[in-house]
Amino acid sequence: MSDLQAWLALLGLGAFHGINPGMGWLFAVALGLQEQRRSAVLRALLPIALGHALSIGAVVLILSLLQDQLPDAWLRWPVGVGLALFGLYKLFRSRHPRWVGMRVNFFDLTAWSFLMATAHGAGLMLAPVLLGWGRGMDHASHAAGQAAGGHDHAAMLRAAGEHAEHTTALAAAATTPLLGLAATAIHTLGYLLVMGLIAVIVYEKVGLAILRRAWFNLDVVWAVALVITGVVTLLL
Amino acid sequence: MAMQAPVEQLAYVVLLDPTGTTRPDAMAVVDLDPASTTFAQVVGQTDMPNIGDELHHFGWNACSACLCPYAPHPHVERRYLVVPGINSSRIYIMDTKPDPKKPQIIRTIEPEEIFKRTGYASPHTTHCGPEGIYVSALGDPDGGGPGGIFMLDHESFDVLGRWEIDRGPQHLHYDFWWHLGFDTMITSEWGTPNMVRRGLDPEALLAGKYGNSMHIWDLRRRKHLKKLELGPEQQMVLELRPAHNPTRPWGFVGVVVSLKDLSASVWMWFLEKGEWQIKKVIEIPAEPADPALLPPLLKGFGAVPPLITDINLSLDDKTLYVSCWGTGEFLQYDVSDPHNPRKTGSVHLGGIVRKAAHPAQQDRPLGGGPQMVEISRDGRRVYFTNSLYAPWDEQFYPEGFDGWMVKLDVPADGQGMSLDPRFLLDFEKGLRGHQIRLQGGDSSSDSYCYP
Repeated sequence: MSDLQAWLALLGLGAFHGINPGMGWLFAVALGLQEQRRSAVLRALLPIALGHALSIGAVVLILSLLQDQLPDAWLRWPVGVGLALFGLYKLFRSRHPRWVGMRVNFFDLTAWSFLMATAHGAGLMLAPVLLGWGRGMDHASHAAGQAAGGHDHAAMLRAAGEHAEHTTALAAAATTPLLGLAATAIHTLGYLLVMGLIAVIVYEKVGLAILRRAWFNLDVVWAVALVITGVVTLLL
Repeated sequence: MAMQAPVEQLAYVVLLDPTGTTRPDAMAVVDLDPASTTFAQVVGQTDMPNIGDELHHFGWNACSACLCPYAPHPHVERRYLVVPGINSSRIYIMDTKPDPKKPQIIRTIEPEEIFKRTGYASPHTTHCGPEGIYVSALGDPDGGGPGGIFMLDHESFDVLGRWEIDRGPQHLHYDFWWHLGFDTMITSEWGTPNMVRRGLDPEALLAGKYGNSMHIWDLRRRKHLKKLELGPEQQMVLELRPAHNPTRPWGFVGVVVSLKDLSASVWMWFLEKGEWQIKKVIEIPAEPADPALLPPLLKGFGAVPPLITDINLSLDDKTLYVSCWGTGEFLQYDVSDPHNPRKTGSVHLGGIVRKAAHPAQQDRPLGGGPQMVEISRDGRRVYFTNSLYAPWDEQFYPEGFDGWMVKLDVPADGQGMSLDPRFLLDFEKGLRGHQIRLQGGDSSSDSYCYP
């Protein structure tokens, strides 16, 4: 997987998460409707995105740490099989999320979004990108990547730009916390843009009546996506 | 949105054997399609496997609260009826999907399981809500208090346990509902199982021991917040009808009787300046009557109490219906301004003294009175049955009565109503109807997270 592909995949998965009403835009719209103000919709977006980012970031961090320590196959098989099984489970039985509350502050919204993203395996869905990206590096470049981790973020990205062709160099860096941060950020950006756009359009123009006609079963699409990412992780 | 839903074709009505000993209670299916040849008739009936349940209120497994933004799961089907027996503490889960006209019992939750897992007994009202199915219970297995709420998983129907974490001073319990937009639960008070299952206890009533308060709860933290007292003379604070629109923090509750003058009343609760408050908005006086025509319980008073036993609010929150089960009067109010209800319609049917007849059979005096009301989602059709609770039926209508169901038509502006002359349904002889649920939803099944 090339760098560009990886970044685009992260952005695209962010957009896919943004489309899911259960991941945030619906809550933002409902808060706007409850207070009858657009500013309430907008105010909800940042904490929701933050919670999502925290959940994604945690998965990225854990995966990269494990990647450091374990042989590739040891990681890919459990993650891939786990994802596929989780997706199949969600296909056949969707548990009822336990959350009640419309009167929410910044912290509540962040916590809610973190829980939703985590419970739906949003971060794990990024596994094939993260693992595929890190593949092909030998132990030497691995060590180089760890050394590069000491640099500041901007220098890191600059370096990434200069060596765009040298995938292995960047792949090495993929296991560093800073690049993990960048991956989380780009994913969250895609997520926030799509979620925000849908929330504002539904609140301002379309109205919730759209849900009656167009609320196709996203739970199923989501579950299928989990299964697919699991399989992709295995086949990488 | 919900008001534009398709017109209901079927109603589910619980039927009970008032003797509690001769035959099982049943779930009847009534044809509501005016174009059908079986319109206004029972087209299916499922008997329960046990005798003496006294089926009372019941509800759906799923509703619009499933669309709440914090936990949307829009693909839970409105398919199963959750049917508690108030005397047996048994709960039946009925599946309406294979054949809507012949619902099947797919699971029976036995009383022991409810006692063991919740410590409650006498399950009464069920509402589907954000965390699953909520069921109210009048008291504990010994017939005492406190009464409260327990939860069922809305997919497996497993009993999950008590809802309350901090119940504060709350002891008596009856109905409950919520303002989802305000994370607020409201509960009302009737009496413990021991105070109601052998009929109305006149001594307890005159001592003001039945419920006279409402309780405000934090729905999210399951914590009691405030007790709203209506006054010691107000006895039996029953059906709660909060506004359906989640941005409107107000609702109505019916009070059965005032010890002062036997009047009945409707109160409005509302949130103002951050404080929940309550005030009386409708009072219906008792009607003087010849003691010779009154049951023993009322002879000494020389009057018929109206006995508001059920109320119901249309989905647009503009029209309120009030059942006066004692006087046999059914009232309609315009509540566009909820602080100042305006009477817009009245129909007499049955009643302890009046025994008013239906236009379909004008020479037949009817027993019982307007009781459990249900309103179609578009607000154009209203249905009600005439039984309250077997031991109480016996006290107020000692000569007994047949179980019937009627329908009223309401004009598009929601003001005024008239009995449909084609709709006077008699249930199977010996059985009485109680709560009605409309296929596809009605005005007291759904709660909403969106205005």
